[in-house]
Amino acid sequence: MTINEIQDQIIEEFAQFGDWMERYEYLIDLGRSLGPFDERHKTPEYLIEGCQSKVWLYPSFEEGIITFTADSDALITRGIVALLVRVFSGRTPAEIVDARIYFIEKIGLRENLSPTRSNGLLAMMKQMRLYALAYKTKQEHS
Amino acid sequence: MKLAKSIEEIRSDFPILSTKAYGKPLVYLDNGATTQKPLQVIKLLEELYRTTNANVHRGVHYLSDMVSERYEAARETVRAFINAGAREEIIFTAGTTASINAVAFSFGERYVREGDEIVISGMEHHANIVPWQMLCERKKAKLKVIPFSDAGVLDLEAYRSLLSERTRIVAVTHVSNVLGTINPVKEIVAEAHRHGIPVLIDGAQGIQHGMVDVTDFDCDFYVFSGHKVYGPNGIGVLYGKAEVLNELPPYQGGGDMVANVTFEKTTYNVLPFKFEAGTTNFTGAIGLAAALDYISLLGREAVTEREQALLARATTGLSAIEGLRIYGTAPQKVSLISFLPGAIHQYDAGMILDKMGIAVRTGTHCAQPLMGRYGITGNIRASIAFYNTEDEVDALVKGVRKVTEMFA
Repeated sequence: MTINEIQDQIIEEFAQFGDWMERYEYLIDLGRSLGPFDERHKTPEYLIEGCQSKVWLYPSFEEGIITFTADSDALITRGIVALLVRVFSGRTPAEIVDARIYFIEKIGLRENLSPTRSNGLLAMMKQMRLYALAYKTKQEHS
Repeated sequence: MKLAKSIEEIRSDFPILSTKAYGKPLVYLDNGATTQKPLQVIKLLEELYRTTNANVHRGVHYLSDMVSERYEAARETVRAFINAGAREEIIFTAGTTASINAVAFSFGERYVREGDEIVISGMEHHANIVPWQMLCERKKAKLKVIPFSDAGVLDLEAYRSLLSERTRIVAVTHVSNVLGTINPVKEIVAEAHRHGIPVLIDGAQGIQHGMVDVTDFDCDFYVFSGHKVYGPNGIGVLYGKAEVLNELPPYQGGGDMVANVTFEKTTYNVLPFKFEAGTTNFTGAIGLAAALDYISLLGREAVTEREQALLARATTGLSAIEGLRIYGTAPQKVSLISFLPGAIHQYDAGMILDKMGIAVRTGTHCAQPLMGRYGITGNIRASIAFYNTEDEVDALVKGVRKVTEMFA
């Protein structure tokens, strides 16, 4: 599936929820089921510090594919982190660099990515792109 | 004591309280961050710009006289509200932060030398920490911190032992913005004065909750912001005893603070103008006075009494929720309550409460060292004003219950 196909899939999943409460309950479930994050990577290097919640993001790059694992200390943030990992992990650097993210807005979570929220999510997205750019540059020069 | 107006009348004075958030009635419990403004202030600001706008103290013309008069009348209103001895002891600034920075700079330049000490408390917000740290860095002075108990009560024994012949100033908050603790400022001041040390009291969270009497406190400085006491943004007050302020150098140069300017030498104006360089926020000052008048009209004791009743209701309601911890259980508290429901992250709880239309503050409340003291990354703060209702307090309790169910 392409990045956009996954985004559309997420939008479809959220469309079945009647109200905000169900959406947030689903996010909480997603947060709970997010894959494990290696505690050894909970270091300042991989920490994206927000004022409200913290996010850890760990990239690895093998055979042209970037894999992200991530975590957050707040459960709803973790739920959104899970969605971002689902969209961005297992992609080539070029796919990530060229991606246009629209699902957050479509599922009514735009305020969670506002720069004033300072929950680490916007910075996390930027960081994912930065990693992708770095790997892309590395690829082009190797 | 009864408020001079009914709660319905009061609420209609604050139009913003009828806001709908996500289609639900807004429950505004973030008054510690900023308070809402009554129509008496809102209309006044509009009226000032419409009818009375000119620069203060600078013209001989009709409008300038009018606005200067009202500006000085505002100063008198502030003086009376905090019971200062003289009108020139009231300096208008941009707010609490600006006031503390002014003192830290001006006082620091005059009195603080290498090896000197400055005493603050462990429950200060960043505005009463960082300016003193910056001063310490400039002068190679040391910052000493008064510890406090789990309940949120300052350790006065430790405070006494921190005072030494190297202590130049004590800067302590009147009310903790996280714990709600009302500190025994009179005692703190008296103790410092025994050693001849001046005291600054940070009134950012004290001014809106009841009795501030700087003559009774005998503090050397008292600072606060207008926006936290139902007044406009960008205006604040630095109260200083005249004999203390007279000894301090000005911290900003410009118009109005001078007596004579030549390129060789400038002499400074007298108090309060010495500390009011440039065009001041005169609309803000006049608006602030209107806000203080509004509180006085309602009855200050009645305001405190109502807030205490709402605090008791919130404390009882929240305490009944299993696993919920309240931070700050001092015997003397203002109407704010910080808490965490079990292991639920404050940001998660805040987001759900927000969706219910309930506005609370989540995070560190600009008091990171205090959070560190409790070993937490933040908490939730509900801060109550007299215009809040019993129903709103109940909505908060119900909302927090719902949050605990969702994250169970």
